Amino acid sequence: MAEPKTKYDRQLRIWGEQGQAALEKASICLLNCGPTGSETLKNLVLGGVGSITIVDGSKVEFGDLGNNFMVDDSSLGQSKAKCVCSFLQELNDAVKAKFIEEYPEALIDTNPSFFSQFTLVVATQLVEESMVKLDRICRQENVMLIFARSYGLSGLVRISVKEHTVIESKPDHFLDDLRLNNPWPELRGFAEAIDLNVQDPVAHKHIPYVVILVKMADEWRTSHGGTLPSTREQKREFKELLKARMAATDEDNYKEAIDASFKLFAPQGISLDLQQIINDSCAEVGSSSSDFWVMVAALKEFIANEGGGEVPLEGSIPDMTSSTEHYVNLQKIYQAKSEADYLVLEDRVRNILKKIGRDPYSIPKATIKSFSKNARKLKVCRYRSIEDEYNNPSPAELQKYLTDEDYSIAVGFYILLRAVDRYAANFNHFPGQFDGGLDEDISRLKTTAVSLLNDLGCSGLTLTEDLINEMCRFGAAELHAVAAIIGGIASQEVIKV
Amino acid sequence: MADAAPPSKSRDLDKLLLRPGNLVGPTFDPGVQLRDDLQEYARVLVVGAGGLGCELLKDLALSGFKNLEVIDMDRIEVTNLNRQFLFRLEDVGKPKAEVAAKRVMERVSGVNIVPHFCRIEDKDIEFYNDFNIIALGLDSIEARSYINAVACSFLEYDSDDNPREETMKPMVDGGTEGFKGHARVIVPGVTPCFECTIWLFPPQVKFPLCTLAETPRNAAHCIEYAHLIKWDEVHSGQAFDPDNPDHMKWVYDEAVKRAELFGIPGVTYSLTQGVVKNIIPAIASTNAIISAACTLETLKIASGCSKTLSNYLTYNGVEGLHTKVTEFVKDKDCLVCGPGVLIELDTTVTLKKFIDMLEEDPKVLMTKASITYHGKNLYMQAPPVLEEMTRSNLELPLYDLMDKIPKDVLHATGTINKDDKKSSGLRKLRVVFKGIDGVTDMDMAGGA
Repeated sequence: MAEPKTKYDRQLRIWGEQGQAALEKASICLLNCGPTGSETLKNLVLGGVGSITIVDGSKVEFGDLGNNFMVDDSSLGQSKAKCVCSFLQELNDAVKAKFIEEYPEALIDTNPSFFSQFTLVVATQLVEESMVKLDRICRQENVMLIFARSYGLSGLVRISVKEHTVIESKPDHFLDDLRLNNPWPELRGFAEAIDLNVQDPVAHKHIPYVVILVKMADEWRTSHGGTLPSTREQKREFKELLKARMAATDEDNYKEAIDASFKLFAPQGISLDLQQIINDSCAEVGSSSSDFWVMVAALKEFIANEGGGEVPLEGSIPDMTSSTEHYVNLQKIYQAKSEADYLVLEDRVRNILKKIGRDPYSIPKATIKSFSKNARKLKVCRYRSIEDEYNNPSPAELQKYLTDEDYSIAVGFYILLRAVDRYAANFNHFPGQFDGGLDEDISRLKTTAVSLLNDLGCSGLTLTEDLINEMCRFGAAELHAVAAIIGGIASQEVIKV
Repeated sequence: MADAAPPSKSRDLDKLLLRPGNLVGPTFDPGVQLRDDLQEYARVLVVGAGGLGCELLKDLALSGFKNLEVIDMDRIEVTNLNRQFLFRLEDVGKPKAEVAAKRVMERVSGVNIVPHFCRIEDKDIEFYNDFNIIALGLDSIEARSYINAVACSFLEYDSDDNPREETMKPMVDGGTEGFKGHARVIVPGVTPCFECTIWLFPPQVKFPLCTLAETPRNAAHCIEYAHLIKWDEVHSGQAFDPDNPDHMKWVYDEAVKRAELFGIPGVTYSLTQGVVKNIIPAIASTNAIISAACTLETLKIASGCSKTLSNYLTYNGVEGLHTKVTEFVKDKDCLVCGPGVLIELDTTVTLKKFIDMLEEDPKVLMTKASITYHGKNLYMQAPPVLEEMTRSNLELPLYDLMDKIPKDVLHATGTINKDDKKSSGLRKLRVVFKGIDGVTDMDMAGGA
């Protein structure tokens, strides 16, 4: 067997060892293994998910050969779940793969407790009625649920999870945690030891911009009653001041300081998003609270006490023009502060755990450390239930998007994807599923869509003929390429939750 | 069932290809004929058999295409297995193109895939002209640039400088990085070509291991040697942590030693960080999404069954999920997809003189040029047999070699030297001979 580290190298670079460990622990249930489901699982099996269970009651038909890579000519007439399962197993022998030859709808009705054994259920190609039932079951059992549906050239992916909390959100653009406007004693001490007016030109152009900004900020404060530049005019003036201190025009460190001066002007303290998280009622922890919320409670204490309004320092610094010595020393100062902050936070976490009657060491060091480093980036996502979505629509939102040129087609498909389920519940087939009677199907779908729009509180609005025709033309076809897109998105979301 | 249709393998695809629709492309002519033509006549080349290429081959094979070819110069590695699903552990070391083609043919009956285990530059330009659509699953800018130049070289312009539709060679191009990716449609002469929007791609760094181990050329090579090879030799078992300053310092020190050994300048601490942290991560799901999007576009271009993407889709799954379609515009002065670089010559200029001129021409800057004229080799630098066969042409006037046609298009392949970088390239050259009646005037207007 290949060294897993090597095999998974390219993804470890994205989600790290912790993410990989979570993936390898996950047990996933797939409902229906048409191309949408098969492609979703393929991406997860390749990534090394712990185990998969495929539920599908159908046999492989001739048409399946044209849209599903996981079946081949020899599969004809056999259980689809079995064929797909055996192909997926071939992709990665580290994954435990099994199948159950049964229709998901039947399982949902007769054996709801079946689903409690999984970390996550991927439900593909289900209609509305089953979706609502399954969602209710999964919420009760605390199982994550993702719906995926391919329909002609359209499709949807819907996550349904009560609450999803993220520690390492790895956002694309995030301000470095440099504390330029609020330096702690060691950082200030380091800056003070460096002379900005050093005569040696080589030394002058290798002073890191962090030092330049910390010192210049102090200088500004002295002449401005202790405040930092706040108006646009003041900020401009500050940058001019920086420019004036350049010893030569080619000093990259000063250019970087000017470009980075916005980091100095940024407000101190925590973001509104984080404020909202620490003020969430879940941060009042008890014995049943999750690890995440226990750590949030500790973070809240930290911010109010040692942090002086700030979260634990992240500890890494961006690349900048500097002598190696200065840069490495600066890195060490940031790391040391980050480590010290983490130790305080860890202490608080342990105390809280004790207080709520849990083993103080039940949250591992590595988790607290990661939480501490990523405190600014915490995320809480909550998804409303499918039932709630269907019963309590937001007509204002729908109307807004339906009349917005950029979104009207997407929302139109959302409504039509629901309309076809209603249609199927009434007529026992999807509009355009069979070749005869297309015109009749179109007019029936139109009526169904109108009544759905009515129920959604958007009675004045209509969908275009073109869109309704298109939906009937699709005739519930599950195209491989569309399924691969939907399955790709679904698997990406699975990995994220 | 209302009416039991005979079982069809393209059951789902048929709905799209046999039925009329209102939201379709202008050329859409639905029916059995369309489906059959697609199977019989549409020829698609997949360039690259890696993460995207594997997906593209599978997707195309299941989207009504039966005549596929794939070209890739790489062999399978262990790190490919987390996403290149056509490969198994026992395939490690075999050519990607051959294994990929075999696996897809095994699973999808009726599909024929011809593999080409070679560099893209090894093929004649005419090889690429044989396909209706070229699908790109590449991770290098240079390779995209090359194929783009090849596809654009087929484009001909009429006397009013309007691109001629029958000479357009459409491409679909995908690229991914982590949770992000892009898919685009390039129709030379209509949409911007790869070179028109080259600014979309930041410079990228990637080195083969053998270079690092044996022939480092620049500072980055020394750094990667210390980081990827030396670290493991010395710290067996201990993982390298790019955020640990001591680790980074160690790599930096080792890189400096190596740089001194090889007399290479330029290793700095700052560069060490930049190089070590820059690896393009890749995962299966993003490749699947982007390849499938490219396949749908390929199907739409070939069949007209829906409107094509216009013309650049970005997908970002990092935070939530965002997609955006941007319609970029053509650079009308683009050297690659434009009418071609205009070169005015005297009728006495020999082929050798012409080749020398290409080195100096600021719009061409090509050394070691091989020249073809309507598929005919005028001079080839390699292989030796062809070189010998065509050598005698060097002393002949180009005007004679071009059958005394006063204005026509030539293709030059060779090494392009741009911004201190050498890369394989192709240029379309519009040669006009001076002093031939009626031509000079017309072209003064066209080339202005």
